Amino acid sequence: MTTLSDPPQSAFKPSMLLNDTRYRGYTFQFIALVCVAALFAYLGSNLLQNLRDAGLVISFNFLGDAANYDINQTLIEYNNQMDHWRAALVGVLNTLLVSFLACITATIFGVFAGVARLSQNWLMRKLMSAYVEAFRNVPVLIWIIIIFTVMTAVMPAPRDFRGEDAAASMVLFDSVAFTNRGVYVPKPIFGPGGWAVVLVFIASLVGAVWYRRYATKLLYETGKLLPTGWPTLAIIFLPAILAYFVLGQPISLEYPELGGFNFTGGINILGSLIALWFALAIYTGAFIAENVRAGILSVSKGQTEAAASLGLRPRRIMNLVILPQALRVIIPPLISHYLNITKNSSLAIAVGYMDLTGTLGGITLNQTGRAIECILLLMAFYLTISLSISAIMNVYNNSVKLKER
Amino acid sequence: MADTHAHSVRFVRESMLPEQEPPAAERGVVKWMRLNLFANVQNSILTLIALYCIYWLVTSVFPWFANGIWDAPSIRACREILEGQVGGCFAVLSERWNQLLFGFQYPSELYWRPALAFVLLFVAVAPVLFRKVFPAQMLIFSALYPFIAYYLIWGGSILVPILALLGFVAGYIVYARLVTQSFAMGFFGGIVAAFVVWWLTGFVGESSFLALEPVASRNMGGFMLNLMLGTVCVSLSIPFGIALALGRQSSMPIIKWICVIFIEFVRGVPLITLLFVASVVLAYFLPPGANFDLFVRVVIMITMFASAYIAEVIRGALAALPKGQYEAADSLGLDYPQAMRLIILPQALKISIPGIVNVAVGLFKDTTLVSIISMFDLVGMIRGPILASTEWNGVYWELLGFAALLFFVVCFGISKYSQWLEKELATDHR
Repeated sequence: MTTLSDPPQSAFKPSMLLNDTRYRGYTFQFIALVCVAALFAYLGSNLLQNLRDAGLVISFNFLGDAANYDINQTLIEYNNQMDHWRAALVGVLNTLLVSFLACITATIFGVFAGVARLSQNWLMRKLMSAYVEAFRNVPVLIWIIIIFTVMTAVMPAPRDFRGEDAAASMVLFDSVAFTNRGVYVPKPIFGPGGWAVVLVFIASLVGAVWYRRYATKLLYETGKLLPTGWPTLAIIFLPAILAYFVLGQPISLEYPELGGFNFTGGINILGSLIALWFALAIYTGAFIAENVRAGILSVSKGQTEAAASLGLRPRRIMNLVILPQALRVIIPPLISHYLNITKNSSLAIAVGYMDLTGTLGGITLNQTGRAIECILLLMAFYLTISLSISAIMNVYNNSVKLKER
Repeated sequence: MADTHAHSVRFVRESMLPEQEPPAAERGVVKWMRLNLFANVQNSILTLIALYCIYWLVTSVFPWFANGIWDAPSIRACREILEGQVGGCFAVLSERWNQLLFGFQYPSELYWRPALAFVLLFVAVAPVLFRKVFPAQMLIFSALYPFIAYYLIWGGSILVPILALLGFVAGYIVYARLVTQSFAMGFFGGIVAAFVVWWLTGFVGESSFLALEPVASRNMGGFMLNLMLGTVCVSLSIPFGIALALGRQSSMPIIKWICVIFIEFVRGVPLITLLFVASVVLAYFLPPGANFDLFVRVVIMITMFASAYIAEVIRGALAALPKGQYEAADSLGLDYPQAMRLIILPQALKISIPGIVNVAVGLFKDTTLVSIISMFDLVGMIRGPILASTEWNGVYWELLGFAALLFFVVCFGISKYSQWLEKELATDHR
């Protein structure tokens, strides 16, 4: 004979909503939902009321109006009769440009400083830890302003380059001029066939990557080791140089020259771009240095010793044993530093570099007074960038994570 | 066979030779330098490069610093005194010292008030930071400190902070009564009680009882503003961060998604855009006619920003805790709030100290960004009123160097403290 041992099903009582774990979750979620909804309803009704009082409506039509302002650096064609949308696009490209440059430079600084902090050399170690501590502990805004000050207040004016005994002179065989109006560098002029040389160069870059992959694959499958150092260099540069001379030297450089009141010709890299670029690079480089150091230290010493006992040489130990394991630790924070660079590039507004914050969030906002719309667009842009970068990071993480079998 | 040995060789030394000094290259400074500075060719080249860098830095900075002028009315006077020599014009620091610290609008006869609040800050923070050194009774002062600091810095009637304190006390009493029944009831009951008290005391009205001369938030500036924003936002964002992290770990889907969306949104946008929201957009979302202080708006936005980052740090720590800890709490029969308060959070917070300190240091550095929405913090003061004045137009290095030094001292101090605290709290035996 069996008896039913379950407790009798009691009727539902309202107090169970708080005291019974089966229902408590629903109660809390319901309360949270109501609170959030109430908050949004409150904010929304305030917004509608305020807009009605001010006689405004939310609309993005202003983006089609003429912008009426000039932008000092444009990657695409732009003049002040084009619309705000175009100005915002110029800003987006400027943001991406400075972030891209700063990411590359920061990686170089960071890897160098991180490796140097582990070097045998006592002086180098101390110097690099001074660099890391000094740059990590001072706001990036102050670094941006300091470098901007150097670029605009300390550099000589273009007129100082004039005359027989000029106060300033151009560097690198008279091709680069550092002035308080920015840095003037030679500009490549593409003749007929010039782009072909560039295409050949890009193709050979791809070829070099392919060759190195092939060498690795061959090494893992057959144990045969192909040389990678000089063939890579040869693959990258030889075809391009050949194409350059075969096509009759189609690329020439236009040097900046002093004319009138200012330099003409060449490319003018603005002081604000340089300030932002280098400040972000050295600031973030200090953080990356710490990651690189931590990554290399995270590979246990036994790995080095095991590799050495197999007879590998130090360089090869680094390339084949340490780096593949260290990179797994280094890359995720590295990518989030890239994200930080992109977000910090919005500080451009402090030095007047016209990135998206300067165009859409600065002049467009001030001219049209469309604060809500401009800031919504601004946030949407940065969110898109962040989410795509973290999506890339997830893909990467999944591809390199320890394959446990 | 042992005794045959003596016969097979002619001479046997019977006494030890005295110990000799190692060769000169293998001892003392020379050995250290050979190992650490000139181990091989590459190493020597690195040393020479580093030496050159240091030489260049020292020779360019030292005369500038040593020849510095500390007493002059303007940059032109400095240049006259220097007569073309290299030298810094630190006179700007000694002349504008007060402005750099307090901003240019804070009444100068009242400087003692924020200065006193700053000194008391150390008294209030000391028992929190160094638990074992200071008696636990001092924590009472730490709890009272926010109200004292508000009274000192903003002035006005003493009734305002006292009534605010009253609300917290009422909330705490209700919480302590109800928490024995259930944490949720105590928590929400406490909040309701506090709001009821504040609402009731709202009828007290203006009074000048023990009033200090009031100072508006817009008159605050300089490094004081950075410190105020930093301390207020960090201390507010830690509880919010914990709540968000717990919400993100929660098994209740709606609460989880609210937290996830909030965190990802805030982390995805730069702080500048949030500050823009504080300065130009937030007013649209407030009731018509409400006039929110810019300082409060900025505090709200920076706290939101920081709590999202702190939430991620704590989430990492929660995930790093062994699953057995959660199971142990369950098996003891603890409910969720008890398990969190007694077992999970103490451990999780300990693990997350380095992360929280990183966020705090970053946040403190980011307080300089308010200069972009035209608040005159330290950087805003330097770029605005001081460099724009006719006397000091051109004294870049001294001012910016001073600002960098101030931030360096504070941030470096915080990170050293956190390293010490990590060692102090390390309870695992390795």
